[in-house]
Amino acid sequence: MNVTYHPLGDQAVLIHFKQEVSREVLAEVQNLKQAIQEDQPEWLYEAVPGYASIAIHYDLVKLIHEQDPYETVTTYLKEKAETVKSSKDFKQRTVKIPVCYGGKLGPDLEEVAEHAGISAEEVIKRHQHGDYTVYMLGFAPGFPYIGGLDPSIAAPRKNNPRTAIPAGSVGIAGEQTGVYSIETPGGWQIIGRTPEKLFDLQRDESFLLRAGDRIEFYSITQKEFEEWQQ
Amino acid sequence: MIHVIEPGLLSSIQDNGRRGHQESGMIISGVMDIFSMRIANTLVGNDENEAVLEITLTGPTIEFQEDQLIAICGADFSALIDDQPAPLWRPVAVKKGSTLHMKFSRVGCRGVIAVGGGFDVPEVLGSKSTYLRAEIGGFKGRGLEKEDLISVGKRSSESERIFQSVLSEPVQWSVSRAYTTEVYDRSVMRVIPGKQYEEFTEESRACFFDQAYKISKHSDRMGFRLDGENLECGLQGNMLSEGVAFGTVQVPADGQPIVLLADRQTLGGYPKIGQVASVDLPALIQKKPGESIHFEEISIQQAQALFKEREKEWQELKWMITARLEGLDG
Repeated sequence: MNVTYHPLGDQAVLIHFKQEVSREVLAEVQNLKQAIQEDQPEWLYEAVPGYASIAIHYDLVKLIHEQDPYETVTTYLKEKAETVKSSKDFKQRTVKIPVCYGGKLGPDLEEVAEHAGISAEEVIKRHQHGDYTVYMLGFAPGFPYIGGLDPSIAAPRKNNPRTAIPAGSVGIAGEQTGVYSIETPGGWQIIGRTPEKLFDLQRDESFLLRAGDRIEFYSITQKEFEEWQQ
Repeated sequence: MIHVIEPGLLSSIQDNGRRGHQESGMIISGVMDIFSMRIANTLVGNDENEAVLEITLTGPTIEFQEDQLIAICGADFSALIDDQPAPLWRPVAVKKGSTLHMKFSRVGCRGVIAVGGGFDVPEVLGSKSTYLRAEIGGFKGRGLEKEDLISVGKRSSESERIFQSVLSEPVQWSVSRAYTTEVYDRSVMRVIPGKQYEEFTEESRACFFDQAYKISKHSDRMGFRLDGENLECGLQGNMLSEGVAFGTVQVPADGQPIVLLADRQTLGGYPKIGQVASVDLPALIQKKPGESIHFEEISIQQAQALFKEREKEWQELKWMITARLEGLDG
């Protein structure tokens, strides 16, 4: 595995992969991250993946008797990286997300269709047919950065961001698609909404998605959306 | 119950942070000044990472509806308990019906109040910390407001013993001023070069360590914005988002650095010129907007050696506090 290691302050290490957004790098990130998490060294706070990196946050108090704690952690990581085979595959779940497209729940669907020079129905069709993967979560609790959008329906961000976008809104920004996990201001083109909660503290698993998940969007009607919510 | 008469500028419940969920986009939050949290909790017989009330620039006025054991640490807010000066860095027994009144912080920016038994608010994903923007955790997910009533947990036997003892005879000692001064009295922040340090122009790198930076008034629990010469980085706008940490100094396109603090996002897309050493974070977060700081380069090994030393001092201090508290007549 071709990676480099850098201090991210005195209580974290940043592992850098080839700096690109690709399926190959995602697989490397996921495989190394999963290997470290399965191992769960006692000094590990958490492993946080980026597009092409993993930040390893560690508990320096647990390493207090080490001569050079940073060296101890990076030596462990290097050894771990050696054992991880380069592979395009990694353990991946598939999560299906229902979306009610257009209308009040997707006010920008027409604008996206116009930008692409196709009908709204065609945008819906193409949006459902993408091969989607969650690269990472961030920006808000449970907010996924999803790659794999059909470039023909890519659309620029809104000129004037909305002050409040409801949780569950499905949007497009450039070649990314995403789902708002909480209500927040935002500039994405909103083409629909899911009744599924991406972040719910009442649930045992508070976060619906994890980095590395495959996603399938499927279309539901307004009526089904309302029934789901009840 | 604790009755909030005046909330102060920003008073929120914080502990050591919500760890283990950054991968899911959940920020850590937590107390800004870990140093004062640990001491305050130890003084009242709590676990050192128990939730405390963090106060900012202007402190609150609160009424105690039951007898409580408290410790106030961090910045000096000229606190009064029933119009008498309240000692800092010391366990204090307050009687039912007493009022704690705090003013503008004379020295420093942030203080903490620990109560014996801790604040009785629900843990969310393993932490009592308040994540203000997402309205999660702490007291109703927000800073304190007028007329709030906050429950206090039951005192542990250790905490109760200290309380009874201090109630019958107030202690006359405080945590050594020499020790707290050593931690806080510093305006030169030691910095480990960041991941993208080499990508900054030579002038910018030199400038970063030469000039004084003023802490902007647009600073909060998320980060301190700094005013100074613009810094230039060749990578600007061409970086993939990656993990950041408490004390990361990142430089957005406008060239003015931001030091990321307790409420930082989990990921950042700006070049990181440096990272403030953990031992200097308590001094940094005590700076008020308008105050100036400098940066000084150190290595990762030096930063960790300083951490070890600080941790050893803390364990010694904790031992001394505990020994003193055990020596109290109960």
